[in-house]
Amino acid sequence: MSESEMAMLGHGGMLMEGSPYSIPSRKLTMWLFIISDAVTFGAILFAYGYLRVATPDWQTPFNSASIINVATMTFVLITSSLTMLGAVDASKDGDKPKALRFLGCTMVLGLIFAGLHIREWFGLFNQGIKLSSGLFGQAFFSITGLHLLHVLIGVVALAVVARKYSSGSLTPGHVETTGLYWHFVDLVWMFVVPLVYLTNIAR
Amino acid sequence: MEEASDQQAHVHPPPEGFLRKYVFSLDHKVIGKQYYALGLLAVCIGMALSWLMRFHLVWPTTRIPGLELLSKAGAPGGIITPEYYLSLLTMHGTLMVFFVLTNAPFAAFGNYFLPIQIGAEDMAFPRFNMMSFWTTLVAFLVLILAFIIPDGPPISGWTSYAPLSAVGKDAGPGMGWGMNLWAISIAIFCIGSLLGALNFIATTLDLRAKGMTLMRMPICTWAWFITSCIALLAFAVLLPACILLLLDRAAGTSFFIPSGLVVSDRLQAHSGGSPLLWQHLFWFFGHPEVYIAILPSMGIVSHILINSMRKPLLSARVIIYSMMSIGFLSWMVWGHHMFVSGMNPFSSLLFSFPTLTITIPATIMTLIWLGSLYGANIRINAASLFALGFISMFVSGGVSGFFLAQPSIDIVLHATYFVVGHFHMVMGVASLFGVFAGTYFWFSKMTGRMMNQTLGQLHFWLTFIGTYCIFMPFHYLGLVGNVRRYSSFVDDFMGPLMPLHKFITIAALGTGAAQLIFIFNLIYSRYKGVPAPENPWNGTTLEWSIPSPPPWNNFGGKHPIIYHDPYQYDVKGLKGDYIMQDSPEPSAG
Repeated sequence: MSESEMAMLGHGGMLMEGSPYSIPSRKLTMWLFIISDAVTFGAILFAYGYLRVATPDWQTPFNSASIINVATMTFVLITSSLTMLGAVDASKDGDKPKALRFLGCTMVLGLIFAGLHIREWFGLFNQGIKLSSGLFGQAFFSITGLHLLHVLIGVVALAVVARKYSSGSLTPGHVETTGLYWHFVDLVWMFVVPLVYLTNIAR
Repeated sequence: MEEASDQQAHVHPPPEGFLRKYVFSLDHKVIGKQYYALGLLAVCIGMALSWLMRFHLVWPTTRIPGLELLSKAGAPGGIITPEYYLSLLTMHGTLMVFFVLTNAPFAAFGNYFLPIQIGAEDMAFPRFNMMSFWTTLVAFLVLILAFIIPDGPPISGWTSYAPLSAVGKDAGPGMGWGMNLWAISIAIFCIGSLLGALNFIATTLDLRAKGMTLMRMPICTWAWFITSCIALLAFAVLLPACILLLLDRAAGTSFFIPSGLVVSDRLQAHSGGSPLLWQHLFWFFGHPEVYIAILPSMGIVSHILINSMRKPLLSARVIIYSMMSIGFLSWMVWGHHMFVSGMNPFSSLLFSFPTLTITIPATIMTLIWLGSLYGANIRINAASLFALGFISMFVSGGVSGFFLAQPSIDIVLHATYFVVGHFHMVMGVASLFGVFAGTYFWFSKMTGRMMNQTLGQLHFWLTFIGTYCIFMPFHYLGLVGNVRRYSSFVDDFMGPLMPLHKFITIAALGTGAAQLIFIFNLIYSRYKGVPAPENPWNGTTLEWSIPSPPPWNNFGGKHPIIYHDPYQYDVKGLKGDYIMQDSPEPSAG
C-alpha cells in the first residue's frame, strides 16, 4: 500500500466503516481488558465474601493504627490518579516536560503506596497473620496481593511509556490508555478498602 | 491523526524468512491454521484416550500391548488400573473441552475467516494474536507433560472438583505434580484465550470495510464476535479460580478445603474453606464455556446451510439475536450443574428456570433452520451434510437437556451415562460437526485445493451413524442407573448391561477409525486435490472474492466496499443466482 493511501485510510476511515465507539482500537482494547480484569477481581472478592459469610468466628485484626495507615495509602493512590490526570492533560496539550513530570509523580506515588503496603504486610506477619495462617490471612493477602501486583505492573508500564513517550515513539494516546489502567487499579482499591479493611476492624 | 496511527496498527510488511512465514507468523491466516493443527493433534490424542477407556470398560482384564510404556504404574502389564482410567478420563475431557472445542471452531476458523469476512487485512493486534497462539501451545505442552512425569496425569476429571483437587498427593496418584500441571496449564490457557478474545472484539468493531455495517456481517462473524464476548468474561473467572487452587495446593491456604477433612486416613492441615466455592467459580466459567464451544459451530452451520440452500434463512437477524440471548442467559445457569452438590435446594429452582429459558432461543434457531430447509433445493455435499448432521445432533442431544434441567429428575440422572450422552451429543459431537462442515467448506480457501467429495461423504455417513450408535445408548444406560467414571462393571447389577457396553465400544472404535478417512482426505487433498477456483460454492461473502489461498494481505492491498447484506441468494445476479457482498450491481429486492 502506498504512503498516500495509508494516510487516506487513516483520515476518518474513508475506506473503512467507522467504529461504533469512535475511539482508537488500543483504547477500546484497554476498556475490554478493564472489564475482564474487573471480573477477575469480582471472582476473588466473591470467594472472600462467600467464605466470610459462612464463617462465624471470622478474624478481625485491624485497629485504629491500621485504619490510619490504609487511609494514608488511599490518599496516596487517589493523589496518584490526580497526577495521572495531569499527565494526560499535559500530553494532550503537547507539553512534554510537564507530562513527564506528572508521570514521574504518579510513579513515585505508586511506589510510596507499595512501600506502605509492604510495611503493613510485615506488621501483619509479626502478628502471625500470613497467607497460610487462616481464612482472614488467605483472603487478605490474595486480594491485596493481586492488587499490589497490578500497582507494580502499572508503575513498570508507566516507566516504559514515559521513556518511549519522551523519545517520541509513543503518542499522547498511549499515555491516556495507560492512564485508564491506572485509574482502574485505583478504582479497585475503592472496593478493597471497605470490603477487606473496614469490615474487619477489631471490636 | 491519532486515529490514523491506530487504524493502521494492523498493517505489517510481507513476511520474510521461514520462521516469520510459518512459525512465528503475525498473519492471522497462518495463526488460524496453527490453531487448527493444534486442535487436530489434541483431538487425535483425546480420541485415542477414549478408545483406551472404552476398551478397558468392556475387556477389563485384556492386555493392551505397549500400554505399559505410557505408564508403568498406571498400566502394569498393559492393563489399566482404576486410577489410571480416571487419569485417561481427565486428560480426555481437558483436551477435548479446552484444546479442541474452544480452539477449533472459535480460535482456528475465527482467526482465519473473521478478518477476511469483514474485509480487514489482519487482526487489530497481530502480535497479540501470535502471543495468544503460543501461550495456548505452552498450555498444551504443560498439560501433556503430565503424561511423562512419574506421578502421571491427575484423576479428578476435567472439572477438578475440590477438595480432592486441592489437598495434594493424599488424594491419589496424579494428584501431586500431575494436578499442579493441570492447574498451571489451564491458567495459561485462560491468558491465551483472553488475549484472543480482546483481539477478536477489537477487530470486529474497528476494522470493518466500508459499508460493512454490523448487521451486514455474516452470521459466523457474529457468532465469533458473541463468543469472544463470552470468553472475555468466562476465562477471567477461571483464571483466579485456578490461581486460588494452586495457592491451596502450594501455599497452605484453604479456600476450597473444609476443616477436619480426612483423606487417605490423614487429617488435612487446612481449615475453613468451602468445596462448593470451587464449584461455583468453576461452573460460572464452565457453563458459558459450553456456549463458547457451540456458538461458533451454530454460526458456521448457518453460513454453510444458506449457501447450500441457495436462499436466505427465514430470518438471519433472529438467529443473531438468539445467539445473543443464549450468550446472555449462559451467565445465569451455572447452578444447574450443582443440583446435588449440597447447595440450598431452593436455589435449584432459581437455576432451573433460566436453564429452561435457554431452550427458547435454541428452539427458535432450530425452527428457523428447519423452516428454511422446507422446500429448499439443497446442494448435497460433505459440507452441507455435516451442517444438517449438526442440526440433528443438536436437537437429539438438546432434548435430553429438558430432563436434566429439572432438579427433581436430575437427582436421579446426575452422574450417570445419561449426562455423558447429553453433553457429548449437544456440545461435543455437534460442535465437531460444525468443524467438519467448516473444513469441507473452507478447505478450498485455506489451501487452494478442493477436498475429495467421495471420501468426505463416506466420512459423513460413517461418523453420523457411528456417533448415534455410541451416544444414543448412553441415555438408556443412564436411565437404568449406570454411573459414570467407573472403570469396570463387574457386579451382578451391571452384568446385563455389558452387551450394550460392548456394542458402544465397537461403535466407538469403528467411528474413530472412520476419522482416519478424514485425516487421509486432509493430507491427500492438500497435495493432490483438484485446484480450487476463487469461488467454488458460488458464495456471496468476502472470503469468496479473493484468490484461494488468499495473499498475505488478503485483498492484495485493495479495500473492498460492501453494497449488500451478506446472503443475497435466490436473486438474478450478473454471475448467477447470487450477488456478492462487494458487487456494486443493484440488489433485486
